[in-house]
Amino acid sequence: MAAILETRKLRYAYPAEGGETLALDGVDVSIERGSFVVVLGHNGSGKSTLAKTFNAILLPAGGQVLVDGMDTQDEELLLSIRQRVGMVFQNPDNQIVANVVEEDVAFAPENLGVPTAEIRRRVDEALRAVGMYEYVTHAPHLLSGGQKQRIAIAGVVAMEPDCVVLDEATAMLDPAGRREVLSTVRRLNKEKGITVILITHHMDEAEDADRVLVMDQGKLVMDGPPRDIFSQVGRLRRMGLTVPDTVDLLNRLRMDGWDLPLDALSVEECADAIAASFSPRPERLSGSTADDTAAIGQSNR
Amino acid sequence: MKPILEVRRLTHTYSVGTPFERTAVEDVSFSVAPGEFLGIMGHTGSGKSTLIQHLNGLLRPTSGQVLLHGQDVWRNPKEIRQVRFRVGLVFQYPEHQLFEETVYRDIAFGPANMGKTGQELDRCVREAAKLVGLRDSQMEKSPFELSGGQKRRVALAGVLAMDPEVLVLDEPAAGLDPAGRENLMANIRDYHRNHHKTILLVSHSMDEIARNASRILVLKRARILMDGTPEQVFARGEELQAAGLDVPHVTRIALALRRRGIPVDPGAYTAEALEASLLSLRKDGAPC
Amino acid sequence: MLKDITLGQYFPGDTVAHRLDPRTKILLVVLYIAALFSARSYLTYGIMILCLALCVSVSKVRPRAMVRGLRPVLFIILFTAGINLLFTPGERNLVEFGVIHISDTGVRTAVFMVLRILLLIMGTFLMTYTTSPISLTDALESLLNWMKRFHVPVHELAMMMSIALRFIPTLIEETDKILSAQKARGADLESGNPVQRARAMLPILVPLFISAIRRADELATAMECRCYHGGEGRTRLHVLQYARRDYAALTLGLCICTGVMVLGRMGM
Repeated sequence: MAAILETRKLRYAYPAEGGETLALDGVDVSIERGSFVVVLGHNGSGKSTLAKTFNAILLPAGGQVLVDGMDTQDEELLLSIRQRVGMVFQNPDNQIVANVVEEDVAFAPENLGVPTAEIRRRVDEALRAVGMYEYVTHAPHLLSGGQKQRIAIAGVVAMEPDCVVLDEATAMLDPAGRREVLSTVRRLNKEKGITVILITHHMDEAEDADRVLVMDQGKLVMDGPPRDIFSQVGRLRRMGLTVPDTVDLLNRLRMDGWDLPLDALSVEECADAIAASFSPRPERLSGSTADDTAAIGQSNR
Repeated sequence: MKPILEVRRLTHTYSVGTPFERTAVEDVSFSVAPGEFLGIMGHTGSGKSTLIQHLNGLLRPTSGQVLLHGQDVWRNPKEIRQVRFRVGLVFQYPEHQLFEETVYRDIAFGPANMGKTGQELDRCVREAAKLVGLRDSQMEKSPFELSGGQKRRVALAGVLAMDPEVLVLDEPAAGLDPAGRENLMANIRDYHRNHHKTILLVSHSMDEIARNASRILVLKRARILMDGTPEQVFARGEELQAAGLDVPHVTRIALALRRRGIPVDPGAYTAEALEASLLSLRKDGAPC
Repeated sequence: MLKDITLGQYFPGDTVAHRLDPRTKILLVVLYIAALFSARSYLTYGIMILCLALCVSVSKVRPRAMVRGLRPVLFIILFTAGINLLFTPGERNLVEFGVIHISDTGVRTAVFMVLRILLLIMGTFLMTYTTSPISLTDALESLLNWMKRFHVPVHELAMMMSIALRFIPTLIEETDKILSAQKARGADLESGNPVQRARAMLPILVPLFISAIRRADELATAMECRCYHGGEGRTRLHVLQYARRDYAALTLGLCICTGVMVLGRMGM
């Protein structure tokens, strides 16, 4: 499948006292169209800087960013690039422009010069897509955090982008708000085929991503499906990241000599895996003894 | 032991007599023992923010009382500032309230308002800075030059410097990354352990409360839904989930295991506890 | 609490008063003010009161809301009334008590002055009550469009105004929060001399400014991300369009205004 986003040897540096600090240090990544990608990393790992280079808010100091084949350095293409890659930021209050929900969602299409009738259609469709249609004439400042973020997402969806980047968009929300936003972007990804890049430090948000990228010190250090990433418990911890509690528990039990996989990420999968090791089926038993020894060997006890 | 803080039938109604009238806290009673680490949990709009602003006299109850050492905090409204020094309240995102030119002066704001000067003030500031792990070299910097996590520490030190008897924290770790969260919470745990202070921790993260508090208060729609030890509260995990509240991930795993007929301890809310529970089950005659 | 302040509040509705083009409403308010300032008699003031009453009843805004809006200016009204009552010389004094003289002209001027202020405020309030702030700024932008020829940044000003309106509630909430947080650190805002009090506001104002700047910065980025590039080539979700009712309302307004002005000239 074609890449919607591609970075080549991407470098970026912020000015700082006595020189500059390198925020991105040679990042090469290519994001497939229609995929759901989660970017993890601790604060200052460069993950937000990376996001801002995706739609030419920041321009590379070295290397290239290509959006659907268009170089973000090309000023002529600025609007087409921003229309294709929408961004949702952390603070819901600071990205809502208008006093009325529909006016806010209309903001981007208005800027793009979309005809009035078409704006109406897009606004209604975007609000339906995020499940906020009933709030069309409400005042955004009276909504909950999760609802505000859904309005912000609708504002981006109304541009009809190929890709939505959420830059720690769930960091300020309560668990209910986070669930709202996550299920909304998952639906956009599945139903509309919009590529989603979710930048976060909540590990559990990565559970059902297609792919997880881990940033550390401006470099892309891990890249793979969530199961492969999270099974590297020690490495994640060394980078100041945690692993989901499911993986933590499985890891502990493996250290105790149980035969368990490390890649049962969801609660249900994890419970299934543990329950299976309790099941009295004989074939399972014999297999498990052999695996146990292997697991003990692996964990260097 | 006599409670340090007592809330008696507290009710708070906003905008009384207007169409916007709304009762945020309704008939809430509980007491806190000296040295206790109490977690307060409830989702947005459950009334927890309103509740905690009564504890240091920022809000006045519509009805009911808040007692500090057995005395009504509103006994003498002119002295309400004294209550604020004794019950320290750290708001959500406290770094947004930093204003001084240097870290040192910002931390000194609270104790200076208490009337402290000279060496005594200096001692308060330095001790508070040490508690949150700020280095001496950072004291003369502008707070706005620091990273987000460090700003949070400065703001926390600003309240600790008043040396309050009770510390109330509203979502102290919100927005920090996992390492930052864990560092800050470890700091708070140390402070609790070494200084025998009473701490009230408000959070909507069950995991955070589960790891720290010895007792949990669950609020739902302005009222108290549960009040008990973490084991007692999380053993009612299904009830919590039905009420739309989060339970710790480990509790969710424990509940899922119980549904599969594995009788693990439903009150196990940390990975260590669930691991222990599973190990003992396996020893008791499970295969292998 | 600060949150309870209403500032140019808008009550959504679906009456003729709400549906009129905002530009029509602005022009009507201009006509209304012009007429108000040429009214000089009980008759002309009577006409103005009648007009306003009619508009209020059409808009279905509750009279109580109209009156509530007057509360902050009550002092100014009473003050003007007092000054006019006491210091207008007239032919005949109605009350004489020591240095206090109240003349017949004084009473008349005071009544008219109070009526003028009341009608002025209620009239403009009625416009803000029935028109969302955003359509008001749209209307201003459209009415002042001709000034673009003289390099007046009309679009930019209108955009700034609508963003300011959008952030008023957010900043009020923020002020509340900062105020509580500093009070929790023992900030004393109520005692001391004026200089001390002004100094005591610093812990509130500094964080508020810093937060406003941070918000402005983030908002600017968010707007850029949503392809904002000034007024050029911008289309609108709601295009302002004069309808039949607008022409009717404007004609009616123009007639009444001229009528009142003529009556005023004739000294009636």
